[in-house]
Amino acid sequence: MTTTYALYCVAVLIALAPIAICFGTSARGNSVVYGSSLVVTLIISVLAVLSLFDQEVTGRIVLPLGLPWLGAHFAIDTLSSFFLFVVNLGGATASLFALGYGRHERAPDRVLPFYPAYLAAMNLVVLADDAFSFLVSWEFMSLSSWALVVAYHRERENLHAGYVYLLMAGFGTLALLLAFGLLAGANGDYVFESIRTSHPTAGLAALVLVLSILGAGSKAGVVPLHAWLPLAHPAAPSHVSALMSGVMTKVAVYGFVRIVFDLLGTPAWWWSMLVLAVGGITAVMGVLYALMQHDLKRLLAYHTVENIGIIYIGLGLALAFKAHDMPFAAALALTAGLLHVFNHSVFKSLLFFGAGAVLNATGERDMEHLGGLIHRMPQTAFVFLVGCVAISALPPLNGFVSEWLTFQAILLSPQLPSWGLKFIVPAVGALLALSAALAAACFVKAFGITFLGRPRTPAAADARETDSNSLAAMFFLSALCLLAGILPGLFIDALGPVTKMLVGVNMPRQTGLDWLTIVPIAESRSSYNGLLVFIFVTLSGSIAAFAIHRLASDKLRRGPAWDCGYPNPSPVTQYTASSFAQPIRRVYGTTVFAAREIGQMPPPGATVPARLSVQLRDLIWDMAYAPIAAFVGYASERLNVLQFLTIRRYLSLVFAALVLLLSVLAIWQ
Amino acid sequence: MAVIRDFAFQAVQMLLVLLLSPLLTGFVRKVKARLLRRQGPPLLQPYRDLIRLLRKEVVLADSASWLFRVIPYIVFAGTWVAASLVPTFRGGLLFSWSADLIALIALLGSARFFLALAGLDVGTSFGGIGSSREVMIASLAEPAMLMIMFTLALIAGSTQLSTMAAYMASGDVGLRASLGLAMLALIMVAIAENARIPIDNPATHLELTMVHEAMVLEYSGRHLALIDLASELKLLLYMSVIGCLFVPWGLAEPNAGAAAVAIGMAAYIAKLAGGGFLLAIFETSIAKMRVFRVPEFLGAALMLALLATLLRFVSGSF
Repeated sequence: MTTTYALYCVAVLIALAPIAICFGTSARGNSVVYGSSLVVTLIISVLAVLSLFDQEVTGRIVLPLGLPWLGAHFAIDTLSSFFLFVVNLGGATASLFALGYGRHERAPDRVLPFYPAYLAAMNLVVLADDAFSFLVSWEFMSLSSWALVVAYHRERENLHAGYVYLLMAGFGTLALLLAFGLLAGANGDYVFESIRTSHPTAGLAALVLVLSILGAGSKAGVVPLHAWLPLAHPAAPSHVSALMSGVMTKVAVYGFVRIVFDLLGTPAWWWSMLVLAVGGITAVMGVLYALMQHDLKRLLAYHTVENIGIIYIGLGLALAFKAHDMPFAAALALTAGLLHVFNHSVFKSLLFFGAGAVLNATGERDMEHLGGLIHRMPQTAFVFLVGCVAISALPPLNGFVSEWLTFQAILLSPQLPSWGLKFIVPAVGALLALSAALAAACFVKAFGITFLGRPRTPAAADARETDSNSLAAMFFLSALCLLAGILPGLFIDALGPVTKMLVGVNMPRQTGLDWLTIVPIAESRSSYNGLLVFIFVTLSGSIAAFAIHRLASDKLRRGPAWDCGYPNPSPVTQYTASSFAQPIRRVYGTTVFAAREIGQMPPPGATVPARLSVQLRDLIWDMAYAPIAAFVGYASERLNVLQFLTIRRYLSLVFAALVLLLSVLAIWQ
Repeated sequence: MAVIRDFAFQAVQMLLVLLLSPLLTGFVRKVKARLLRRQGPPLLQPYRDLIRLLRKEVVLADSASWLFRVIPYIVFAGTWVAASLVPTFRGGLLFSWSADLIALIALLGSARFFLALAGLDVGTSFGGIGSSREVMIASLAEPAMLMIMFTLALIAGSTQLSTMAAYMASGDVGLRASLGLAMLALIMVAIAENARIPIDNPATHLELTMVHEAMVLEYSGRHLALIDLASELKLLLYMSVIGCLFVPWGLAEPNAGAAAVAIGMAAYIAKLAGGGFLLAIFETSIAKMRVFRVPEFLGAALMLALLATLLRFVSGSF
């Protein structure tokens, strides 16, 4: 029954799209569309939570849509109900945020119709139970989000972003199409149930793995397929950016997990090496890219790339343990990865909402033009700070829990027998540690430059606090960050059915333990109690504050800043985003980005100012994307001649093609 | 009864680290001064400084926000909690399971995160320079610390500091190449994390090379006292960690009698004194390095730690 209800909800979302076309420009349109989306997504998330604890697959449904001999199959199992929850939690908070945020939309008729369609598409991907409807929904998701990316189509860079996004989405779908084609085999039974029972040969399975890393990975943003992500995610309106970064990348992870863990059967040991290498590189490269940005939304988008890397590390470890028949370790690693899926969807949505609130209040995304917003927007600053602490994997918030679990899984891996893994896992552990430390640096920069210091422009100085709907969405998500941080046992237990389905066992039950500690393996080995850490820190901080104010001094005087005796009143003398990143750019960037600082000194006696400019190169773009683009350009220019042929020549070309294909067929048989 | 006793020991530990840490700093300063043939400030000077600062009023910059006033308490509380969970004179602390070594490292990371934000809050160039350099140093020191933790956890089969210390003291360990590498890396990281020479100079205030002191330049009064106390606690914490892992002798067993506890206490104070003495000798015999040599120093620590972990992965006998 759950599936039926979920499909009804999705139908309501789809129906909202044409309604929104009619009401798009009217004053009511905004609250009608976002309000209904909020209600519907809330209903689906409740359904998802309920079905997560149902062990049985609830109600397969076949609709007479799509291919006539196949129909469209839909079902909810535990894996899809977890992701359904993530998608609709993100959807609900984004709708709540947009109830306020959307009122300031410049062209609501370009956003409102696509928004519910986009939500519906993401739901359909997760609900799909056969390859055909999966791919159609996947493509529907890509196209509806593309329409939202180019919502502000008058800006040149948004069009460019949309173009790159469309190309990469097409590439990803192609890879997935081939992967499913190989899985379904020559007979072409696309229902997941029969794919599960057909066991592909080792070579074929390896090919499917590579294709699914390419296909799902390009949507999730693994390096080097991430190029579109930092262009497209920031271009959309902020609540859609939150959905794209926080939720759609998770749908891509769902696609990967569905294929590799569920449909593909028993993994070979070296698969995990591939996934781990991709994850480790993605994590570090993503955060290094993020550190170099000074556009707040682009920084957040690049940071999504890092978190996808962390998720892939967890999944790779789970694959390694699964291949070597260590189910409990596999359950731990998978739980770590999936918990990070949930955590990241929460704090990334929160941060994008915060960036949207800043954008609304100041009209600026560039951090170099912001500053001092903590005075003008104290509540937004507070929730943004919570998001920053959570995403930097600092206790007692939730980001730390999933990274802690990943570290615990890494510590189990010396028991793995294969030598390749013995070398790659410590290296990946080091990359994970490096990315965690760099993430903290990145968010000191993001929060410090945007919200702290003195305002750098009049727009920042005159900012106003954002509306109450947006604040409600952000406060809800911050509360969730804290809750998942101090009571992680609840969330780990909720993931139990999913790991049971994918690797056969679940982690030991956590909620019944003393003091709500989490103990992944054994108490003598490792344990963590976010609640106690939170209580200890709060308590000792408050005791110190109370004691000092009572016993010593509570006097306070305001004065000008000290700054070693020479404070400069001009706000330009503050550290900027790029000067803050300079030491890190110098340490890592010289190799990774071929970073160079070019100083131009004027000739003696000239009165022009000296200039210092920084040159960064995106080596991945230059080495992978630019040559391909150049080749496509070159080839299309050459082939352009074919557009202006006479009808005789076209007919002879058709004939030649026919002969060629027939001869290929003849040789083949 | 046992619970009450454990609780009492946990409370004693909390007060002990709080009370001992200024003394340790005073001791290091005194030894350094004596090595330079100076008289040096009295041993108890750090206490007097703290008390004086606590009694003074706070002068807050006009552009400082509420966050700037809260951060000293967060930094102090985070460091204090972390220091209270490291075995000092007696193993098996009551709450040691609430945060293992990874969580302790991350807790110190939280404290640093907020301190770096404080550096940016007032909007001065000195604060910015301090913060940006601090996060650069941390971006190398923290992974190195985690890799050290990996090595030790793989040897001891646990990430709990109490269990690790007990295992190290048990004598099953023996001499191992990975342990040696990890110890070297840990000492390097500890020097960097505590802003000691050659990474940073805790005694300077007017140099462009300073890191930690630049970050906290705008603090005064009780806020400054808390931040100073937190950095003193951090020094004590790192010495306790090195002590309980690499010099575990004398650490009292969880259910040992009064005599063993007394021996543990004496051994702990002797370890701190020895550590402080070595630190002072090291600091007087080396010159401060340029900021952009620091990555090489810490990169070496990271590589040592990674090598140690790799050795452990390759074979259990290293």
